[in-house]
Parts: sequence; structure tokens; C-alpha cells
Amino acid sequence: MSDIAVSQSAVFTGAATEKRPVRIALTVIALAFLGIFLLLPLVSVFYEAFRSGFGVFLKAISDRDTLAAVRLTVLVAAVSVPANLVFGLAASWAIAKYDFRGKSFLITLIDLPFSVSPVTSGLIYVLLFGAHGYLGPFLQSHGIHIIFAVPGIVLATVFVTFPFIARELIPIMQAQGTQDEEAALSLGASGWRVFFRVTLPNVKWALLYGVLLCNARAMGEFGAVSVVSGHIRGKTNTMPLQVEILYNEYSYQAAFGVASLLALLALVTLIIKTILEWRYAEEIAATRRH
Amino acid sequence: MVPFTTHLARPVRRLAAAAILGLAAALPGAPAFADVTILNVSYDPTRELYKAYDEAFAAYWKEKTGETVSVDQSHGGSGAQARAVIDGLDADVVTLALAADIDAIAAKSGKVPADWASLLPARSTPYTSTIVFLVRKGNPKGIKDWDDLVKDGIQVVTPNPKTSGGARWNYLAAWAYANEKFGGDEAKTRDFVGKLYRNVPVLDSGARGSTTTFAQRGIGDVLLAWENEAFLAINELGPDQFEIVTPSLSIKAEPPVALVKGNTDAKGTTKVAEAYLEYLYSDPAQKIIAKNYYRPEKPEAADPEDLKRFAALKLVTIDDPQFGGWAKVQPAHFADGGIFDQIYKPGQ
Repeated sequence: MSDIAVSQSAVFTGAATEKRPVRIALTVIALAFLGIFLLLPLVSVFYEAFRSGFGVFLKAISDRDTLAAVRLTVLVAAVSVPANLVFGLAASWAIAKYDFRGKSFLITLIDLPFSVSPVTSGLIYVLLFGAHGYLGPFLQSHGIHIIFAVPGIVLATVFVTFPFIARELIPIMQAQGTQDEEAALSLGASGWRVFFRVTLPNVKWALLYGVLLCNARAMGEFGAVSVVSGHIRGKTNTMPLQVEILYNEYSYQAAFGVASLLALLALVTLIIKTILEWRYAEEIAATRRH
Repeated sequence: MVPFTTHLARPVRRLAAAAILGLAAALPGAPAFADVTILNVSYDPTRELYKAYDEAFAAYWKEKTGETVSVDQSHGGSGAQARAVIDGLDADVVTLALAADIDAIAAKSGKVPADWASLLPARSTPYTSTIVFLVRKGNPKGIKDWDDLVKDGIQVVTPNPKTSGGARWNYLAAWAYANEKFGGDEAKTRDFVGKLYRNVPVLDSGARGSTTTFAQRGIGDVLLAWENEAFLAINELGPDQFEIVTPSLSIKAEPPVALVKGNTDAKGTTKVAEAYLEYLYSDPAQKIIAKNYYRPEKPEAADPEDLKRFAALKLVTIDDPQFGGWAKVQPAHFADGGIFDQIYKPGQ
């Protein structure tokens, strides 16, 4: 571990041609920027959340509607992350390992949720499933609730978080090519066996990053979910929506309490990512070199 | 190549186990012991009112029928909430900021009968409010009446009448004052209201947004607000920061209620939803209404202490000849290219 760090820093100092003051200035600017725009807001969220003590914080987040929001958020992530895991793997597999017409169109399509405003993503579902949408009358006559209910929230979240896993996988799968799979096939392995013993192990770290990022976004999505939620207290409000509600109700402490839970999620995601990178550094480097 | 089973499986299995444990801890649903659940889709400032009223109604219904009723609440901008009901939000009752929004539901979804306003007493308005000024403590700019709001150097905070129900009442209150002041001269009235809106530094999309702009961000000298919202802001944010100034004339803001019969018939909740709205006119409910800073329809039922907080002022209704009801006001003033668009030009 330590020898990697040493050799890396040796490479970078050797390669840098800037003068020392320039380097220091650049570092200071970068650090100041990070401090002001990332660290300070993060610290202030936690400061506001715990300002009146831990007991008040606990009481604020154990409100019935807030707990329901936490439950709903966990449920939404628990459905949308596995769904995107399967879709993301399938899509990137198809893109990286096969050639077919319309491939670049498919890649563009995967990126669509990144380029579309989340509010639009939500409105798409209102247009589709709303009472006056294309499928609305059919759904209504069969008593099926999609928007302004949990299924709509899940759908909107799946849409918004779709690119996260596929985007992590496509470059690494493309870089790795198909030699390993071809070798396995030529040795007589079945398709599933190739997938589980060759392809999946080769991309596992990228996959894990994708899942972490996807999960963070699934829990934190606001815009799209806000459009399809209906804002029914204790039923269709996710944590980000609950933060807004609490803030608008002058419950600043509770709002920051829930916000701090979301910030905590981001921190935990970051820590897991760092631990994985540190613990399995050599393996990751090995799969990347592949 | 790394064998999948030995290296990936361990951390993944652990993560999966943790995730399942987390789910198990989090998922046991909210207690759903209610026999019947209804959904009240309301506008922003009624959160506190209906929190109190829903409890009172549940107790009343339990005693009367033995049935446990649970009331779900949804709050947002009045226009946006109406839109959601039109798009299929399963409201049993709507309690919105103005009649035009319920008219829109009736016209666009057919789930509310067109004559909804005549189905309950007082044109389906169990409580009213008015528009007052909220100023900073000590009233440093000496704001007393509408005339002070058009002066140079005064910053007025009010939401956008295109998106906010409360903002439309604000606009109409200013209009009513100018109309009286200039004896019905429409050109001068327009000029007055236009001048007022030129003093608005930021048009938020909703009433709560404006309150936050004024109170939390410290922008502006005066906030045009629902009377109930102004009292609430003072209560929540501290009487040492703000005070209420009541103008000489304002509008009688009538936030109406209606049964969404198309939904209740489908859900079989018509009876309890009807009772929910009717009980709003009962003595205990009127007391709750006054306590939450709304002007009750039956003041005699309210606590006299609560009534004392409401200053006496001249109130003009939306059906006054100068307005002629929402059916006339809405297109004339707030439609695209209407009077508001003509007099309000951002950045001028």
C-alpha cells in the first residue's frame, strides 16, 4: 500500500513543471473552494441539526411523518437500485460486448436522464399515468394507482438514477474487450458461467461504485419525486420532500435533522468507497489494467 | 483473473445482509388501524389549522359512529394542488385558497359538481381571512396604509399572482383600495397597483416562500400576507422581530372547501368526507379556526380572546361590482396578457 503511494507522489512531483509558488497557489485555491462550497455547508447542516442538543435532534427525527419518510426513502432505494443493477448490467453488457445497429443511439438514450431536468422526468410520468394521461383512464378504471402513490415515486427514481450504474460499467467493459469471455467460451464454459466467473468479477468494483452512487441519488432525488408525489403526509413524502415541508413549517431544527441524515448518507457512501479503494487497491488496479 | 466467489462474495454478502437488516428495521409500516382514511388536499398556510381540526374531527366521528377515521393531509401552492387533483391525486375533499382553483377542478375533471359552492353554508367558506402588512419591529419605515407601499424606496414582498392564490388576494386588496381612493377611475387604479408591484424586489411562487424571503432572508420592508400567516410568522419567529399593520381597507379572502365527489364515490368515503366538511361549521371547529388565526364564519362560537386579535377594517368581497366574482376576475386580471401582465414588467 505505502509503496504505491510513494511511487505515485514521486511520479507527480517529477512530472510537474510549474514553479513552487504556482503550485502552492493552485492548491490553496482548490482547497479554499472545496472548503467554502462543500465543507462549510456540510458542517453547518450538522451544526444546525445538533444545535439544541442530541435529545432534541432525536425527537425531531422520530416524528411519525418523518419516520414514514425515512421508510419510504429506504423502500424506494431498495426497489430502484436492484432494478438499475440488472438493467445497467444488461445495457452495458450489450453495448460493450456486441456490435449492433443503433448502438450509439442506445448510449445517448442511457445518458438522457442526466441531461433532462428532473422536473421534466416527473412530468413525463404525469403525462403517461395522470388522470388525463395516455394510460390514466385505463389505470383508473382498474383501480391502479401509479402517480401520487409509491409506484410513481419508484418509477421516477428509477428513471433519474438509471445512468449511474451503466455509466460506470460501459467504459471499463469496453476497455477490457471480449478476449476473456472468448477464452472462457473456447474452453467450453456456458453463457451464464462466463458471465458469473469472468465478466462479473472483472467489473465488480465499477459495479459497486455504481451501486453506491445510484443509491445516494435514489435517496436524495427531489425534483422528479416532488412532481409525482402528491405530498401526502406520512404516505408519499420521501426524506428530501420532508426536509422542505419541515423547513416551510418553521421546524428548522427538524428540517436540518433530516437533512443531516441525508448528508450522513453521502458521507457513509464516501467512506465505503474510500475503504473499498484502500482495502482492495491492488485488485482494482489489476482489473483496470486488464 | 479473480475468482468471483471468494473475493466479491464476502463484502457483497455483508452489504446485502446489512441492507436487509436495515430494511427489516425500517419497514414495519406506520400504524394503519383506521377503519377509513380520507385525504384532504389543501393549500400552504392551513397546515397548523388542519392538524388541530383533523384530531377534533376524528374524535367527533369516533363518538358519533364508532368508526376510526384517519385524515391524510397534502399541502402546497393552491393552484398546484388543484392541478394535482385534476391529474389524479385521490383527494376526498379540497380546501383551497380560492374558488377559482376549485372551479378549475370542476371544469377540467368533472369530479366536483359545478354548483359546489352552493352545497355548504356561506358559499362553502367556513372561515375567511384578509390581507394585512407584516413589517419589521418598530415599523422603521412608518408604513400605515396602502399609500405607503407605492412610495419610492419601499420594498414590498409578495408572491406571484400567476402561481399563488394568496398573491391574487394581495393584488386584489391593493386594487380594491386604489379603486376606492380614486373613486373607480380604472386608469389611476392600474397606475397605483403597477407602482406597487414596481416596488417588489422578488416574486416568490408561493405564500410560504415569500414569508421565508421576508423573515429568514431579511429582504424587503413589508410583507403582504394572509392575516393568519402573519400571526403565525410572529408566533413562530418571535414577536420581537415583526409586527402587524392593518390597512384601512382590504379584501375579504374566502378560502372555500368542496367535496371531490368523483373520488369519494369511487372509494366509498362520501359520507365521512361530507361530515368532515360539515363539521367545519360546528361550534368546536369554529373555535379551532379562530385559535388558528382564521376569521370564523360564526364568531359567536369562538373564544372572545381569539376574536380580539382581529382588527376591524373595511373589507371588500370578490363579488363586489368592481370585481364581479372569480369567473370575471381570473381571466381579466391573471390570464396571459391580462391586466397584471400589462402593469407588471420585471426589471422596470
